[in-house]
Amino acid sequence: MSHEPEDRPVPQSPRDLELRVNPIACDAHGVCIELLPELIVADPWGYPLIRPGPVPLRLQALARRAVADCPTLALLLAERPAGRPEAARRQVRPNR
Amino acid sequence: MTTQNARPTASAIQPPGPGDLRLIVRDQPMSLAAHVAHYGPVPLHAARPSALIAEVERAGLTGRGGAAFPTGRKLRAVATANSGRSTAVVVANGSESEPASSKDAVLLTRSPHLVLDGVALAAEAIGAARAYLCVAARGSLVQSLADALAERDRARLAHVPIEVIGGPDGYLPGQETALVSVLNGGRPMPSFVPPRPSDKGVRRQPTLVLNVETLAQVALIARYGAAWFRSVGSDASPGSALVTVSGGVGRPGVREIPLGTPLGEVLRRSGLSSPAQAVLTGGYFGAWLPLPAAFGVPVSAPGLRAAGASLGAGVLAVLPDTACGLAETARVTGYLASQSAGQCGPCRNGMPALAEAMNWIAFGQPDTDVIRWARQVTELITGRGACHLPDGAAGLVTTALAVFSAELRAHARAGPCERTRRPAVLPIPQLSS
Ligand SMILES: Cc1cc2nc3c(=O)[nH]c(=O)nc-3n(C[C@H](O)[C@H](O)[C@H](O)COP(=O)(O)O)c2cc1C
Ligand code: SF4
Repeated sequence: MSHEPEDRPVPQSPRDLELRVNPIACDAHGVCIELLPELIVADPWGYPLIRPGPVPLRLQALARRAVADCPTLALLLAERPAGRPEAARRQVRPNR
Repeated sequence: MTTQNARPTASAIQPPGPGDLRLIVRDQPMSLAAHVAHYGPVPLHAARPSALIAEVERAGLTGRGGAAFPTGRKLRAVATANSGRSTAVVVANGSESEPASSKDAVLLTRSPHLVLDGVALAAEAIGAARAYLCVAARGSLVQSLADALAERDRARLAHVPIEVIGGPDGYLPGQETALVSVLNGGRPMPSFVPPRPSDKGVRRQPTLVLNVETLAQVALIARYGAAWFRSVGSDASPGSALVTVSGGVGRPGVREIPLGTPLGEVLRRSGLSSPAQAVLTGGYFGAWLPLPAAFGVPVSAPGLRAAGASLGAGVLAVLPDTACGLAETARVTGYLASQSAGQCGPCRNGMPALAEAMNWIAFGQPDTDVIRWARQVTELITGRGACHLPDGAAGLVTTALAVFSAELRAHARAGPCERTRRPAVLPIPQLSS
């Protein structure tokens, strides 16, 4: 669990952004899965599974579009916390 | 740290020595008078209350509610969010939703004033205006704590107002954002973070949520200092902690241990005699460790983490040789699935799927596909809920499949043996729906 302040500085490089799902808001509409199959796939129940790691620069525009088009606004493009290992398995930081 | 509302002189009080119990020193509820006679007066109204935060940081205290988060850092985060105002709120978490744990109830019953001291001191340190102490509505704690607060009023012990709240039953109400939701008049359901309670919690004010044992430790650090705190335990994991030992031991119950004590020693002190095959550590969102192989594992957050387990809420539930670990795990997984708030898709779908798979593994004749599916579901739900409930269930099942691999093969070959029909070792709360 991390307690770093949420108002971190503006990201300096494209490596700093990652996709996150608010699992409470997500209703498995699947819009993001259609828009961004490179980074988002459906789990067996239709909910989005996000490829771990930073959003590549070439996909950032699409990622922003997916965020804007989610009917329940459940997809977030957030700054990657510093020091997160490259291949982190978790896309969300659940609260304990 | 000095005190102004002293009655007995502080110098007359000896801090507990290295071999002495710190947190629960009587087997009866301790009155305020007995409490002050034993520990010395409450060091409230310090010249610089925020100095306590640095002292807690130096002590290296970590949270006893499950996540072992550094308490000093949490205090500082809320104090910072509260700076310039004094609207922060302290929430003392005594919900103890963990069915195999009773340390918080025993602490609140026997040493209520140590916890209340901790609430008052933490509130003073971060500049909070009010505090809530949340316990299960069921039971006698709401009344006994109200009595303890009345005792403090009569003694004119002035501090932040503390309100005792009786919360609902169940596994989720103890989760911090669920607790905040209840205090805001909502349902006991976790919420998505951010915002964290430390930024926006009760009435959207910076909110410090700490476990009641953590707060009792804060009260001791305020009195005797960080060096005293660190004089027991290990460097990596200083201080003492309460554990609840249950299952196949002769003397089950709550005990205080120096952190880092080898698991085998803790279990032997609790009267482990007959052969045991495993121990569930942390709680129902915890991990199985094999016995006697894990006897040398230090009981501390880092020690257990290195062994693939967790200290969690301090649960140590021993599985005797006569029980079936797969059946125990299946029952607990079913319970955890029943406790899902159903808010998050992966949890709503994955928890019942995991419980079904575990049931088949324990009580059916599992083929490799079922076992593979169970493993896949653990991966599919990990990290994908708003709270840690699915992660906990995944960890429990993953460690069960590893620790009970011989049973797994036997079930696959010949179905469940008669041990699955023995009475359950791990208690499953009556499900109220
Ligand atoms: C499902 C769930 C149930 C929890 N139940 C409790 C509980 O009953 N008591 C508790 O102190 N912490 C509980 N926690 C942990 C709290 O969310 C929180 O981390 C803790 O109270 C913080 O206190 P600490 O820093 O002193 O450990 C629970 C967490 C989860 C995910
Ligand atoms: S993970 Fe499960 S229990 Fe936790 S908030 Fe989501 S649905 Fe509720």
